[in-house]
Amino acid sequence: MSPLATIITILGLAGLGYLLGHRRAVALVAGDTRRLHSRPAYHGWQVALLAALPALGLLVLGGLARPLIPGAGALASPAAMLLGLAGLGAGLVRVSADFRARNAVERMIGLLLILCSLIAIATTLGIVLSLVFESASFFRLYPWQDFLFGTEWSPRFGGGSKLGMLPLLWGTLYISLIALLVAVPVGLFAAIYMSEYATRRVRSVVKPAIEVLAGIPTIVYGLFALATVGPLIRDWLAQPLGFGNSSASVATAGLVMGIMLIPFVSSLSDDIINAVPQSLRDGALGLGSTPSETIRHVVIPAALPGIVGAVLLAASRAIGETMIVVLGAGAMAKISGNPFEAMTTITVKIVGQLTGDNDFNSPETLVAFALGLTLFVMTLGLNVFALYIVRKYREQYE
Amino acid sequence: MSDPAMPAARARRSLLKTDPGTSRRNAAERRFRAYGAAAVVVAMAALAALMFTVFRDGASAFVQARATIPVVIAADVVDPDGNRDPAEMAGVLTMSYGRLLDQALTREIERRNIQVEGLTQRDITGFLSAQARADLRRAVLADPALVGQEIEWRMMTSSRVDGMLKGRVTRDTAARDAKTSVAQYDLAMALRDQGVVRAGFNWRFITAPDGSDSRPESAGLGVAILGSLYMMLIVLVLALPIGVAASIWLEEFAPKNRLTDVIEVNISNLAAVPSIVFGILGLAAFINFVGLPRSAPIVGGLVLTLMTLPTIIIATRAALKAVPPSIRDAALGVGASRMQTVFHHVLPLAMPGILTGTILGLAQALGETAPLMLIGMVAFVSTYPSAPPQGLLDPASALPVQIYNWTQRADPAFFERASGAIIVLLAFLLAMNLIAIWLRRKFERRW
Repeated sequence: MSPLATIITILGLAGLGYLLGHRRAVALVAGDTRRLHSRPAYHGWQVALLAALPALGLLVLGGLARPLIPGAGALASPAAMLLGLAGLGAGLVRVSADFRARNAVERMIGLLLILCSLIAIATTLGIVLSLVFESASFFRLYPWQDFLFGTEWSPRFGGGSKLGMLPLLWGTLYISLIALLVAVPVGLFAAIYMSEYATRRVRSVVKPAIEVLAGIPTIVYGLFALATVGPLIRDWLAQPLGFGNSSASVATAGLVMGIMLIPFVSSLSDDIINAVPQSLRDGALGLGSTPSETIRHVVIPAALPGIVGAVLLAASRAIGETMIVVLGAGAMAKISGNPFEAMTTITVKIVGQLTGDNDFNSPETLVAFALGLTLFVMTLGLNVFALYIVRKYREQYE
Repeated sequence: MSDPAMPAARARRSLLKTDPGTSRRNAAERRFRAYGAAAVVVAMAALAALMFTVFRDGASAFVQARATIPVVIAADVVDPDGNRDPAEMAGVLTMSYGRLLDQALTREIERRNIQVEGLTQRDITGFLSAQARADLRRAVLADPALVGQEIEWRMMTSSRVDGMLKGRVTRDTAARDAKTSVAQYDLAMALRDQGVVRAGFNWRFITAPDGSDSRPESAGLGVAILGSLYMMLIVLVLALPIGVAASIWLEEFAPKNRLTDVIEVNISNLAAVPSIVFGILGLAAFINFVGLPRSAPIVGGLVLTLMTLPTIIIATRAALKAVPPSIRDAALGVGASRMQTVFHHVLPLAMPGILTGTILGLAQALGETAPLMLIGMVAFVSTYPSAPPQGLLDPASALPVQIYNWTQRADPAFFERASGAIIVLLAFLLAMNLIAIWLRRKFERRW
């Protein structure tokens, strides 16, 4: 029996349990439901939950244990069905006029709510475990010093690969830097203009329009970089200036990623600037400063920690962005200062090493997990730091 | 503002004349304001450029050039045994149907008296899509009564001819292109002028499965749309209840302790983990560890569920927070339990906000590409997945991954398809966002 069919059967069992529990409760008091402690529906729910929850839990455990204990997968389905039937029976036996079915149901639902909240922790744990385990098997095959400090990236599936991370790290940071150079001034000035200068009408048009930029999938930006911005930069900047003739380049990916980050920076900065108390502005304006002087000398310094936090969050986004660099930055791993050359990033190489046919015993495939771990650690560090700054700043004016 | 006041200068100041300091400050003010306006203009221009290029490059994917010519289904070719048995006729290969079409096109050119210099057999064979033969074969096998008759048959032309009608391929580029020729271009123009070849709306682009590298004209989004739909269903079915349950616990029941703090920090961090890391999780956990099949919508759905959960939780908590405490107090005051208060009163009032957040989370998941690439959804899939639940385990594609896939192919016609697919993707996103806005407008409540 397939797991899906089992799940559907168990849910059917639970539905049956509800009906039976409901009817039994009503029958026990001969239709006079006032004599029940809990309303009949709770008796029904009690039976249904008892039939469904342990059985579904067993099924999930069975699925997880399948790779560890051979045969667990085949056993899980019938065992879950039996457990469901047992739960149904136990629930029905419990039904009586004095049975506190509502309290029982609420305890079970409370447990369910906690379990759902724990999924967030389970996800993080899953990410960390899968990255660490696979990275560990990579480092058994390849020395970690060469990975962290190697300056050459040339995977060869025949063996003898050089898997130094530095060129990828350099590409990642270079592209992110260009992206931030585009996104931070534009986003910050847009936020300032919208919160301090724009009339209501302008704001009501511009703000949603900028938010549209945030809703566009990154693959669309990627195609934009590949087909429009790349050739444009090549034909109008790189070739006339003699910097090379590659359509995929750091500048292309950085520029397009910068556009993607504009709404991110601007909406975060907008929130932060709006959180600066009006009294600070009124004070500065009352002393005779112009609006721009108020902004530069009062509002921005007051909002600075929050803005720094926003920039760090944007940086973490830029480092983890994949599709724009896959389509716009190229696949050449090298360390160079020329922004019109194609370079590559950590995310591009993760995609490159993990798509297609993989051999999960070769360092060339496993290196992707080590790269993923690097990426995860970098972005997590930035996020934690940024959230800490933003939170600390918020408290300042609350 | 911080200018040191100079007594000497003050004496000469007049209210009627702006002094240099003031005009300098006013100029700085105007400059600053202009920077702000410029930033807004840059952002809007970027959006406009993005939209413009997508529609310029992609709109033509919805149009397809088709030729309508009379085709004789010669009985001796398609049914050599002469017994009209579909099982035996299936032995006749697509190639033979191609010859029928070539003959039909040659006859049509003669009948219409079209003279093209240097027209070769290769130009004629390459004029019609390779897909057209397969379609004709399928139609004949489905209806053996067609054998021996002459039918008006409408079929796709090849991508080059399609490009000629759309202006993508000109006479000059046709001369340089090894896959077409000037003669083929002239033939296409002549047939267009006679009304044999006409461009019409291309339903196949939306419904058909992906086409192989050599037949861009037959490539469609059917499998990708179905795959995306399956994944969205999984995300909706899993992420909405789990996200709502987690938010209820965190917002209404959780005690202030270490565990709650850890969960909260976890959720805000998960929201900022790069999407590709979720792809690695899917590959390592769901495919390698649990053993689910690659390219399957169920794996994609699970990965996207985990990605969307933080978004839904954050939106749901905001919606729950917006319900005033007086509602809770009133319910508790008339004797409802805490669970009853939440499920009978708070949750229904928060539902519009929750649904809005969920739809926005789904929209985000729909556009996600990188994690799906890692779980094998880039593979070429030309058969539709079956109906759920079994179809959730069948290989499928997804809209954004299909777009990526097409950008990696050599034929320029695939670039048009990729842009067209972006239009479809954006249309879905627009629809979802409009629903979210409508929900918010309709049910929004100010307390």
